[in-house]
Amino acid sequence: MKHLVSVQDLSHAETLHILDTASELDRVTNGGSKLLPTLRGRTVVNLFYEDSTRTRLSFERAAKRLSADVVTVSAKGSSVSKGESLKDTALTLKAMGADMIVVRHPSPGAAHRLAHAGWLESSVLNAGDGKHEHPTQALADALTIRAHLRPEAVDFGGLTIGIVGDVLHSRVARSNIFLLASMGAKVVVIGPPTLLPVRIENWPCTVSYSLDDTLPELDVIMMLRVQQERMNGTFFPSQLEYSRSFGLNRARASSLPDHAIVMHPGPMNRGVEITAEVADGARSVITEQVANGLKVRMAVMYLLIGGDVSAA
Amino acid sequence: MTQPQDKASLRPSRTGSRIVADPDDISRAMRRLAHQVVENVKDVTNLVVLGIPTRGVPLAQRLARNIGEIEGVTVPVGSIDVTLFRDDLRLRPSKALEQTLIPGEGIDDKIVILVDDVLFSGRTIRAALDALNEYGRPAVVQLAVLVDRGHRELPIRADYVGKNLPTSLSENVSVHLSEIDSFDQVVIQSAEESTGGME
Repeated sequence: MKHLVSVQDLSHAETLHILDTASELDRVTNGGSKLLPTLRGRTVVNLFYEDSTRTRLSFERAAKRLSADVVTVSAKGSSVSKGESLKDTALTLKAMGADMIVVRHPSPGAAHRLAHAGWLESSVLNAGDGKHEHPTQALADALTIRAHLRPEAVDFGGLTIGIVGDVLHSRVARSNIFLLASMGAKVVVIGPPTLLPVRIENWPCTVSYSLDDTLPELDVIMMLRVQQERMNGTFFPSQLEYSRSFGLNRARASSLPDHAIVMHPGPMNRGVEITAEVADGARSVITEQVANGLKVRMAVMYLLIGGDVSAA
Repeated sequence: MTQPQDKASLRPSRTGSRIVADPDDISRAMRRLAHQVVENVKDVTNLVVLGIPTRGVPLAQRLARNIGEIEGVTVPVGSIDVTLFRDDLRLRPSKALEQTLIPGEGIDDKIVILVDDVLFSGRTIRAALDALNEYGRPAVVQLAVLVDRGHRELPIRADYVGKNLPTSLSENVSVHLSEIDSFDQVVIQSAEESTGGME
């Protein structure tokens, strides 16, 4: 494994290997509080063409926990804002000798292009490319689900996982659907038809248009952010109507099974897709998802550039 | 602390593999190591035995059990994975992590005995010393190995050695243990036919 662009490139064994490595790294670093010398002398470049706080910080922190040198390039305030192409930026980074490029880009396929166009020798780690994928977020979510509902298990057989809301614009949803299905979970996508992608019937999931009918079956409910910044048309009449039909509030949370957990990839629109009460409630594992994000990012960095990269 | 060696069995052979220790030899060596530890360490109640994965871990368990039987105490035993601390990580593809399990009482001010199967370049032990640093500050750190095959690349030596095995660099020393391999044996293979033996 040299790059991580899509969860669809991962075999079941590779997924498990990443999750196990993440758990072991967590144990070795005592919850991320210790510094490991593993990537000393390696350079990780965070190339961010889109605004991000938590993902960028998480990648930076993961790299620093492993003693890598971290350089962060954001589109604002770099040559990218002067119109430099992705290729020229890549060639510049190659000349600077980056071992890994963590890339976030508004265009689907940007990470794949960077990994396979032959511009670079570095490993490429996709930190979100448009509506396409965000693999480390899905891995973090899988780690969270595993810790709560399937400790030590090698698959998610028997679990039903609901992904609710704006699937159309969500790379987190796409990565999660493919990853969780490959782990053997039953994935149900729930939302208004306008926010579900065309040909979703070809994806490894079932579709429901009613949240209330589906709630009692769910072991995991994953609320998606309503992505106003990606919406250039009208997908639903009003926010109020959306949250009435698809928002998670206390009444809905109480019809979930007792063991069910509530997830959200963040950042949340409190009061739109999830009420503050549920987001901060006892079933919510939202802050764990952030902590697990750090663990899987450390694991993926170690597995991609920890060893002899020429042999990978 | 070395035992007399049967010179005949150590004569270099160009091809093939030869068994240099059978289950009885291994069990005798581990019992002797336990006695040496007890003799050397005044306060056995302060001991923590840590195995280096993979095959250092069952050896650590055997050593701790033997010490416990001699002294009538329970010796805390655990494992410490050194992969993330190696200085030769880049020479091979990244490797799966093994379990690190530090006993509940920690290692601060303890007498830590590191246990590995084969002492070779000394780089694993250097990494283990770095790893130990992350978990606390032992009063003393000592090293017990089943086999010392020579060819050190660092100024590191073992405090307790089960068997000294002079080898050539082209040979491989494989330790098999019943907990992992279903039988106990130490084998020297010439490089041509070795199948990736342990270092």
